[in-house]
Formats: sequence, structure tokens, C-alpha cells
Amino acid sequence: MASSSHPSAPCAACKFLRRKCIQGCVFSPYFPPEDPTKFTNVHKIFGASNVSKLLNEIAPHQREDAVNSLAYEAEARLKDPVYGCVGAISVLQRQVLRLQKELDATNADLIRFSSNQNILRPPQVSGSSIQNPHVLPTSDYYGIYSPWNYNP
Amino acid sequence: MASSSNSPCAGCKFLRRKCQPECVFAPYFPPDQPQKFANVHKVFGASNVTKLLNELHPGQREDAVNSLAYEADMRLRDPVYGCVGVISLLQHQLRQLQMDLTYAKTELSKYQNHNLSGTTAQGLMAAAAAATATHHQTLGNNLISCCGGGVTRDHLYHHNPPFFSARDQQTSVLRAFDVSNNYDTAAGVLAMNISSSGIGQHSQFQQPRATAAGTDDRPATINPS
Repeated sequence: MASSSHPSAPCAACKFLRRKCIQGCVFSPYFPPEDPTKFTNVHKIFGASNVSKLLNEIAPHQREDAVNSLAYEAEARLKDPVYGCVGAISVLQRQVLRLQKELDATNADLIRFSSNQNILRPPQVSGSSIQNPHVLPTSDYYGIYSPWNYNP
Repeated sequence: MASSSNSPCAGCKFLRRKCQPECVFAPYFPPDQPQKFANVHKVFGASNVTKLLNELHPGQREDAVNSLAYEADMRLRDPVYGCVGVISLLQHQLRQLQMDLTYAKTELSKYQNHNLSGTTAQGLMAAAAAATATHHQTLGNNLISCCGGGVTRDHLYHHNPPFFSARDQQTSVLRAFDVSNNYDTAAGVLAMNISSSGIGQHSQFQQPRATAAGTDDRPATINPS
């Protein structure tokens, strides 16, 4: 992921910003000159100075993942300016809830099948939504910050 | 939702400028929610948000602002992965659910297709218990700790390669982000799970195209609580 070893080749960010790519440029390890679109997208959505501030607040070993996630979000926002990658989150949440309900129903059928036979005592089932960890946890992290009811 | 004529919107208050009647922020950043604008400004910047809103139809701007606010909030909570961490987690949950469901349905069909004996009834009980308990305790602990303390790679990726460990995974994730296809189908779920073992390579979720309000393609209001 390091930029070109050629000393005079600026990284994609400095090339875009038309500035000298100095030794220790915060962008250069993550925005190689061979992939100009990556920085263009990130700059368009987040802005170079915001990205720079964010990277400076993150440990160096985590910066590559951070840049890649920003690039992903930026591309998603450019493809869908209204919802960005949050649209995908919403779809996935719906799928999780749907499958959870289906699993609960299937488990209920299994239990019903067995209790109808009246052979064994029905088991203590821990498949309820409250206990089942497949349901999205109700901590603040998800419970309050649902995309469409944002109210900090 | 527009600010009153005397009260600047949260955007203008933050930026310490006069809130004009035609202020693009005013309808979406009311003065009683200052944190919303502060977060969006910190992650995206006011001018980027202005440009983005100006490119949208007025009817779409509220949803756009709410999604930006959500993204900004996730990014501030998890500066490394932001919303992408949430997506990874949901995909992981989906895969686990799919496996559990497949197992439960297989067990159910076995007992539906055979005459029950005493032996098979015991197996039925075991199947029901297993379908609810398999991996759940470990996964539950991981989810709770993920959500309480932020998403970490170890929690998400103990069975799978890291989301961003290779450029190829990122490329496949981005390539799969196809707004022209509707992900919201059972086939889409199954396709996502059958494809491969890496989390990054599972990202074949496809985003519904944004349509006029009131259609099924709009993301639903989610209230996990």
C-alpha cells in the first residue's frame, strides 16, 4: 500500500491537491498514485483536511483500514447520494429481523412437534427474541442511533 | 422543522453566521439538536454537506441529512471502521442466522417426514435446543461486547479473515455495491452466504435504488429496541 518508491512520485492526494508530497505525508502510504479515484472520492465526500485530522487521531497500524472504510463509504455515497452506505445497513437490518423471526417460528414448530407427541417434557427454550443475541442489541449503540430516527 | 425567524438553525449557530430564510441547513438541523450538526460538520464538513444537499431534490434532503448524521455518528464512535463496521457485523449475523435456520429446517423436515418414535422425539428436543444454542452464547457475548465497547476486528473476525486485510477483498466489496439491484430478496441473502468464507468477500449486498417516498425501496424505519 506504500506509495511508489520513486522519490519524486507524489501520492494521489498530493497530486490531486497539487502540492509537494513531502517525506512523512500522512496520505502517501494509503493513496498510491496508481489509484487516483480513491482519493478523489474521499476528498469529494469528506474533504482532505477532515481525512487528515481523522488519520492523525488514529494509531498508524489502523490507518489503512480507516482509509479503506472511508473510501468505501465515499464510493457508496457517490453512487447513492441520499442514503450512501446507510441504505445497505437498513436492508441488512431488515434481513436480520426477518431471518430471526423465521428462526423463532421454526424453533417453535420443532418444540410444538415434540410436545404434540407428548413423549417428553417440553424443553426450556432460550430462543426468545429477548435472549437471542441474533436480535440487534438494544444498547445505545444501535437502539438510539437507527438511521431514520436520529435524535442525538 | 424550519427554525423560527428569530432562532438560527444549528448549522448557522455552529458556524456563527446569520441564518438566512433560504438557509439550506435550517429545515434539517433544528436548533435543539446541536450535536447533529456538530457531528456532520466534523466528519464531512459544512461545505461538502451544502454541495451534496444542493445536488438533491428537496424531497430527498431530509433522508440524506439523516443518513449523513448516522454515518458521522458511527464514524465518531468508531473512527477506524465507522458504518462499515456495522455492515460487517450485520453480515456476520446474517450468515449465522442463515446457518442456524438451515439447520433447524433440516431437523424439522427430518421429523416431519418420519413417524416419531421415542428415540426420534429425543432427537427432536436436542435439535430444538441445538438450533437455539449453537454458537449463540459466544456470538451473543461478542455482539454485546462489540456494541458496548466499539467494534473490534478480533470480535468480528475470529473465524474469518479481516475485512480489509487485502486489497482484493476491498475491491470485491466495492464491486458488489451495485445500486441497480435490489438486495431485499431471499435469493440475495442466500447468494451472500454461499459465495465465500471471508467477510469482505461476503459483501454482495446490493442497495435498493432510492425511489419516491412511500415505496418499498425506501429503507424502513428501524427500531431494534
